[in-house]
Amino acid sequence: MSLSRRLLQILNFAALVAMLIAVYAALVLAPDAINVDPSIRPAQRIIYFHVPSAWSSMLAFFVAFIASILYLITKHIRWDIWARAASELGIAFTVAAIISGSLWAKPAWNTYWTWDPRLTTYTIVLLLYIAYFMLRGAIDEPGRRARMAAVYGIFAFLSVPLTFMSIRWWNTIHPVIVDAPENTNKFGLGPNMMNAFMITNIAFIILFVTLLANRISLGWAEERMDALKERLNF
Amino acid sequence: MAGPLIEVVGLRKAFGRHRVLKGVDLAIDAGESVVLFGPNGAGKTTFLRILATLSKPTSGTVRVAGVDIKNNPEGIRQYLGLVTHAPLLYTDLSAEENLAFYARLYGIDAPARRIDELLERVGLLHRRHDLVRTFSRGMVQRMAIARALLHNPPILLLDEPDTGLDPQAAEMMTDFLREIGGSERTVLMTTHHLERGLELADRVLILQGGRIVFDELADALSYEQLRPTYDEYVGAGVMVA
Amino acid sequence: MKRYLQVVWAVLWKDLRIELRTKDIFTSMAVFAVLALMIFNFAFELRVPDKTMVIPGVLWVTITFSGVLGLGRAFISEKDRGSMAGLLLAPVDRSAIYFGKMLASLIFILVMEVFLLPLMVIFFNANFISLPLLLVLFLGTLGFAAVGTVFSGLAVNTRTREVLLPVLLFPVMLPVLMAGIRATIGFMEGDALADMMKWVNLLIFFDLLYLVVAYMTFDFVVEE
Repeated sequence: MSLSRRLLQILNFAALVAMLIAVYAALVLAPDAINVDPSIRPAQRIIYFHVPSAWSSMLAFFVAFIASILYLITKHIRWDIWARAASELGIAFTVAAIISGSLWAKPAWNTYWTWDPRLTTYTIVLLLYIAYFMLRGAIDEPGRRARMAAVYGIFAFLSVPLTFMSIRWWNTIHPVIVDAPENTNKFGLGPNMMNAFMITNIAFIILFVTLLANRISLGWAEERMDALKERLNF
Repeated sequence: MAGPLIEVVGLRKAFGRHRVLKGVDLAIDAGESVVLFGPNGAGKTTFLRILATLSKPTSGTVRVAGVDIKNNPEGIRQYLGLVTHAPLLYTDLSAEENLAFYARLYGIDAPARRIDELLERVGLLHRRHDLVRTFSRGMVQRMAIARALLHNPPILLLDEPDTGLDPQAAEMMTDFLREIGGSERTVLMTTHHLERGLELADRVLILQGGRIVFDELADALSYEQLRPTYDEYVGAGVMVA
Repeated sequence: MKRYLQVVWAVLWKDLRIELRTKDIFTSMAVFAVLALMIFNFAFELRVPDKTMVIPGVLWVTITFSGVLGLGRAFISEKDRGSMAGLLLAPVDRSAIYFGKMLASLIFILVMEVFLLPLMVIFFNANFISLPLLLVLFLGTLGFAAVGTVFSGLAVNTRTREVLLPVLLFPVMLPVLMAGIRATIGFMEGDALADMMKWVNLLIFFDLLYLVVAYMTFDFVVEE
C-alpha cells in the first residue's frame, strides 16, 4: 500500500547523515569567498542553505505537477496524496529559500527585500501554492477536491517559468550562479566551493525525498483513519 | 436489438467515503416505463445523473444500446433526455430562445418547426416570446419536458418531475407523461407520489440504501398491495406530496 | 467539427443574449472600473509629478480587478440557476462549452475595455491609445479569459466561490500583467511594436499554452 516502515527508517537515517555532512561541507570544507568583501564572507555561506532550498522547492513543485497529471489520468488517490505532500514541502522549502535569501540580501545589498526576479518569482510561487491549499480547503468532497486541486496544480506550475522570465526581463540584480560555464561573474563559485555546493545540494535532495516519503506515509495513515472513522460512524 | 436497452452492472458511486450507490444491477428493455421509488438520500438522483453521463461511476458499468457510456459519453447523450429538479432553463430567455439554444446544442435540423411542434404540445405556443421568468412552476416544468424531448431521445430520464407542482399541474403532467410514455420511448422516472408513479409505470423499482430492493411488473401490483411494501422501504413520512 | 463549433456558438450566443437583456455583468464591471479610476485619481493626485506616468499601471490593474468580476459570473450564474447540467448534457466534447464560455467572457471584458479606454483618455487628459497597445490589450485579455474561465469553473465548486477566484487567478496572471504594463509603457514612450516583440511573444505563448491546457483539463473541472 505505502512505503514500508523499514524503508522510511533507512531514509530517515540517510537524511540525518547527509545533513551532517552538508553542515560540515558548508561551514568547514568550503573556503571563504575571497572575491567578496571580507565583512560579508561569513554571510556568503548562506548560499549552501539558500540554493539547495530553492532547488528542492522546485523539485517538490515538479513532483506535485507530475502527480497532478497522473491523478487526472488514473484518478487514483495515491497521486492526490503525492501532490499534496509535495506541494506542502515545496512551500516549506520556498519559505526557507526566501528567508535565507533575505538574510543574505541584508549584508550584501543592504536591504532585506529587493524586487529581484528570483526573489519576486519565489514570492509569487508561495502565493500560488497558498492558493492551492486554499482551494483544497474550500472543497469538502474528496474526489472533487483532488480533481480541482490537480487542475490548479498544473496551471500553477506552468506559470512559474513564465513569471520568472517576465520578472527577469523587467530588471535584475540577482547573482547568476549556475549559468554558462565560461561565466566569470564575480559571484560565481571557485572549484573548491563547488564541491561544498554540490554536496549540500545532494544532501537537500535526500532530505526532500525523506520528508516526502514520510509525508506520503502520513497521508496514507490519514486516509486509513478516515476510513475507520467512517466505518465506526465516528 | 437483442440485449436490453439500458444495462447496469455492479454500479457503485461514492462521494469521498460517503457511498451512495452500493452495487446496482438493472436491465431495462426498450419501450419500458419504469418508475423508481426510494427515500430521500437513497441515491435516486445520483443514479439518474450517472445514466445521463453527468456523474461518473466509481465502479461498475452502464451500457446503453450495448455501448459502455464510459467509451462514448458524447454519443450516448444524443439518445437521452433528462428532466431534473432544476428546469435547466434560462429565465432571461424566452420560451422560444431557450429551445433554440438547446436545439443548437443538439444539432437539430430545421429547429424552428420542431420548436413550434413542442411548444404546441406542451400548450405554450401562445407564450413563445415571453421570458421564462414570467412562467408559473407548472409551465416551467412543461417547458423542461419540451426541452428534454427536443432532440426526440429514445430514452427519457425524469427526476421527480412532479415535485413542487400544485395538484392540478401535477395532473396535467401525469397526462402528458402518459401520452409521451405510451410511444416507443423508454422512460425511467423517480417520484415520491406512489399512486401517480404506479399509474404511469410498467415496472416498479425501489432503491434503498444504495441498492435495488424491489423490482416488480406494475400489472401484477395494485396500489393497495404496494402500499405496505412502499411504506416499509421508503417510509410513510415522505408520503405527503 | 461543425457540431463542435455549433455548440461553441450556441453557448456564446446564449450568454450574449442574456447579457444584452440583463446587462448585469457589463454594468458591474463598468461601475467598478469608473470607481477604480476615481480612487486611483485621488491616490496619485498629490504625489505623482505627472499623472500620465501612472496610466499603464492604472489601466492594467483596473482591467484585472474589473475583469475578475465578469469572470466570476461565467459559471456561478449557471450553477445558481441549476442550468449547468443542461450544458453538460450537450452531445459534444465538453471543451466546446469551455470555448463558448471563454469567448463570452472575452467579449464582456473587451467591451468593458472599449468603455474604459476613452474614459481614461478624458480623466488623464492624455491620448495614449495606439494600435500596438490595442493588440497587446487583446492578447492580454485573451490570456485572462482563457485562464479565468477555467478558474471560474474551479471556484464555483468551492464554498468560498467569488472570494477564491482572484486568489487563484492573480498569481497565475502575473506574466500577462507584467508584459501588458511594460508594453504599454513602451508604446507611450514612442517605442515601435518591434521593440516590444519580446513581451508580445510572451503574451502569445501564454495564451496558446493556457488555451491548450484548458482544452485538455476542462472536462475534469465539470465532471462529478
